Amino acid sequence: MSAVRLYVWQRLTALLMVPLIIVHLIIIIYATNRGLSAADILGRTQGSIAWGLYYTLFVAAAAIHGAIGVRGVAREWLGWRETALDRLMWIFGVILLVLGLRAVFAVVVP
Amino acid sequence: MSTTAEATIDVRVWRGGEKGEYQSFAVPRRDSQTVLDVVTWIQRHADPTLAYRFACRVGVCGSCAMTVNGRPRWTCRTHVSKVIEDGRVEIGPLANLPVIRDLAADLTPFFEKWQKAEGTFVPSRTRHEPLETISPESPERQAANAAIECINCGVCYAACDTVRWSPEYFGPAALNRSWSLVNDVRDAGNLKRLAAAASNGGCHNCHSHQSCEQLCPQGLNPTASIAGLKRRTMQAYIRGEIS
Amino acid sequence: MSTQPHNTAYRSDRLWLAAMVHRVSGVLLAAFLPLHFLVLGLAIESEGQLDSFLQWTKSPLVKLAETGLVLLLAIHLLGGLRVLVIENMPWRNGQKRMATLAAAAAVGIAGVFLIALL
Repeated sequence: MSAVRLYVWQRLTALLMVPLIIVHLIIIIYATNRGLSAADILGRTQGSIAWGLYYTLFVAAAAIHGAIGVRGVAREWLGWRETALDRLMWIFGVILLVLGLRAVFAVVVP
Repeated sequence: MSTTAEATIDVRVWRGGEKGEYQSFAVPRRDSQTVLDVVTWIQRHADPTLAYRFACRVGVCGSCAMTVNGRPRWTCRTHVSKVIEDGRVEIGPLANLPVIRDLAADLTPFFEKWQKAEGTFVPSRTRHEPLETISPESPERQAANAAIECINCGVCYAACDTVRWSPEYFGPAALNRSWSLVNDVRDAGNLKRLAAAASNGGCHNCHSHQSCEQLCPQGLNPTASIAGLKRRTMQAYIRGEIS
Repeated sequence: MSTQPHNTAYRSDRLWLAAMVHRVSGVLLAAFLPLHFLVLGLAIESEGQLDSFLQWTKSPLVKLAETGLVLLLAIHLLGGLRVLVIENMPWRNGQKRMATLAAAAAVGIAGVFLIALL
């Protein structure tokens, strides 16, 4: 995949995740302060369309951002060829996306 | 004079090619002594076979850059007092380039990448047309200053870990030059130039370590230029001008 | 002694370190994400499975590790913001100070988390 295309997706997902991560950090601190429990987490997320959308968007952005990032590190530090790098990126990205969406499903769908 | 002449610097100089070793010399310490003075003293008084490169000795030609205590420097304008650590100075050839011998690095890849980055001016008018008048105050003209003072010394290229990690990366000097031309209103080669800047060797390799900006002897800022190229290539990509 | 013609002293420079911290935190977060998703996926089976895992997180060592994760996320966020600013806004001097500020703020966020945790 071309360098500029990877760059644009990497930076756009980064920008998108800035507010998402700020909310995530606030939730982490808030939920931990209350004492983590499955009932507390699921009580917040189950059946909530808003949280469902939020986490779906977050998972998609993180999968794209993380996959491109890992590709870049492998390119510089492992010296892989472009085809191998693209394969790594797609495989890692799809794993993140599938596991992530499964997790969203688990906590949102009652 | 006689008292200062007794003080010496412990100088370690690279000898050999890609493989070799550092050789120690005791070089008399002088006032206002430059690193190039030290190297020249060694060649004249200790070992005439030492290979190194210089021409103007006054910071104009850009040919005397070497690695001094781990950082690339233009040696003719670098005072020993600025770089000496515990009385020691270690001098090697420029990094990220093949070593010819001793302190002389081969700058061929550096200039080849300049070409690959489309760092050459492409005229938009012929000699038969009148000269274009450009206001010195216009933002484009100001932006085109980015590479005007560049002396092609290779310090930024040697200082860049991204060059070390990505052998195809054009490096700071070539992209700084590219940014200068992108802003040159007389130039007609921008589409090809932006495509080069967006290629695998282009601006998106840059991690903004800013070693180039901190070590450039001319006080230029290639990191800022590369950031400019990132914006322009992103615009061109979104408009579908490059892919 | 040395068989390399040049060492790399510039690698200890603050902005080089900032880029390295950004990269390492990114890789560690990428490695952590699949585990994070798998744990949350436990809720598919039953609430109890997730709860028994959350019990495990009450141990002090895991709490320390969690604080580390919050630090990674915060430092990657703030370091990334710094990169976005460099790349997309007009050039500003004082980049070293920005990097230090980002690191300090990330440690602060991790500190708040630790207080909330204890």
